[in-house]
Amino acid sequence: MIRWLLWLLGGIVLGGVVHLATVLAMPRAATKDAYSRLVPIAPVNTMVQLPAPAAQSSIMPFMDPAFATAVCRYDLSGGSIKLNAPVSEAYTSVTFYTRESVAYYAINDRAAGRRAIELDLMTPEQHAQLPEEEDVTAADRLIIDSPSTTGLIVLRALAPEPGLMPMARSALAAAQCRVEQVQ
Amino acid sequence: MRLLFGSFFTFLLAAVIGLGATWFALSRGVAFGSLTIGAWTAWPKTGSQEIDPYAHASIARDGELPIGIGDGVAFYARADDAGDEFDGRCTFALSGMTPPARYWTLTLYNLRGGLVANTLERHGFTSEEIVRDLDGSFTITVAPQARPGNWLPTGGIEHFLLVWRLYDTPIGIAATTLKEGPMPAIARKGCS
Repeated sequence: MIRWLLWLLGGIVLGGVVHLATVLAMPRAATKDAYSRLVPIAPVNTMVQLPAPAAQSSIMPFMDPAFATAVCRYDLSGGSIKLNAPVSEAYTSVTFYTRESVAYYAINDRAAGRRAIELDLMTPEQHAQLPEEEDVTAADRLIIDSPSTTGLIVLRALAPEPGLMPMARSALAAAQCRVEQVQ
Repeated sequence: MRLLFGSFFTFLLAAVIGLGATWFALSRGVAFGSLTIGAWTAWPKTGSQEIDPYAHASIARDGELPIGIGDGVAFYARADDAGDEFDGRCTFALSGMTPPARYWTLTLYNLRGGLVANTLERHGFTSEEIVRDLDGSFTITVAPQARPGNWLPTGGIEHFLLVWRLYDTPIGIAATTLKEGPMPAIARKGCS
């Protein structure tokens, strides 16, 4: 009897371990996460617009239909990325996600404070290798450190009413993300 | 022999408990650090690097990109103020004020986060297109059949949820207290 209670206790404890391990492994093991869904339509280091979500067809769940969305699926292994996004008349935001869908940085047009959102995205190693002079002039140059080598930059522009969607889309069409040559 | 049976039993139990708890947690959408105002709940930390492991597993499995905390905050509701779950065959009235934000959007989704087909192709409202009363307050009617004013069609589906997204807002970034702002009240007005 005692023996069976021990087996039972062992099963419960091991069950807890299995539970924690599967929860922690899920972000790496998931095959239908946002990044994987975007691989077929978004080439590396290129800004592409996503089709608007519609009933029965949307690339990701819980997309906001009032927004035009563009994505840059980045890979920093070939050098840092320069992002240039003109802001639309209503509201524009940029959100950075790691390969595993963690939003590690987000900024909107008003916080950026200019007519365009300009950012440099690099790994902490690339940031450390920047010549010091460049770091000094970085006052008007926003540098973002990416925790992962690959990830997603998501640009969202609001269409305050459906008729303004073309305006939001054309603002996104001018956005660029490109690799800067390594010196 | 007893050892074999015993360890088999233990491993089976571990698999059932472990995988069952994971499945349960992810399908229920367990996450910590919630901010609830009336019928609305938000998880601001899910949009930051401080995301908890459960929320992280959940978004990775569902393929969602959470709204970043510097962008805005999303409030979810799946039931009215009385606690009755949303039913697309019923009529609900959303009224009141919203917390401070530069813009907001309201969107109706099915439980998997997809938009719901309807003849108007209306899936939500933004703060700019809503029809307001003279004092700035508004009422949105969520109903299967056309209504005057701000009508948000349910498409007659059985279950739905509403997501209220506040963009460029102090909510969720500062300390999370219940006094941060009013969220619209949700009242059921009968079923067809």
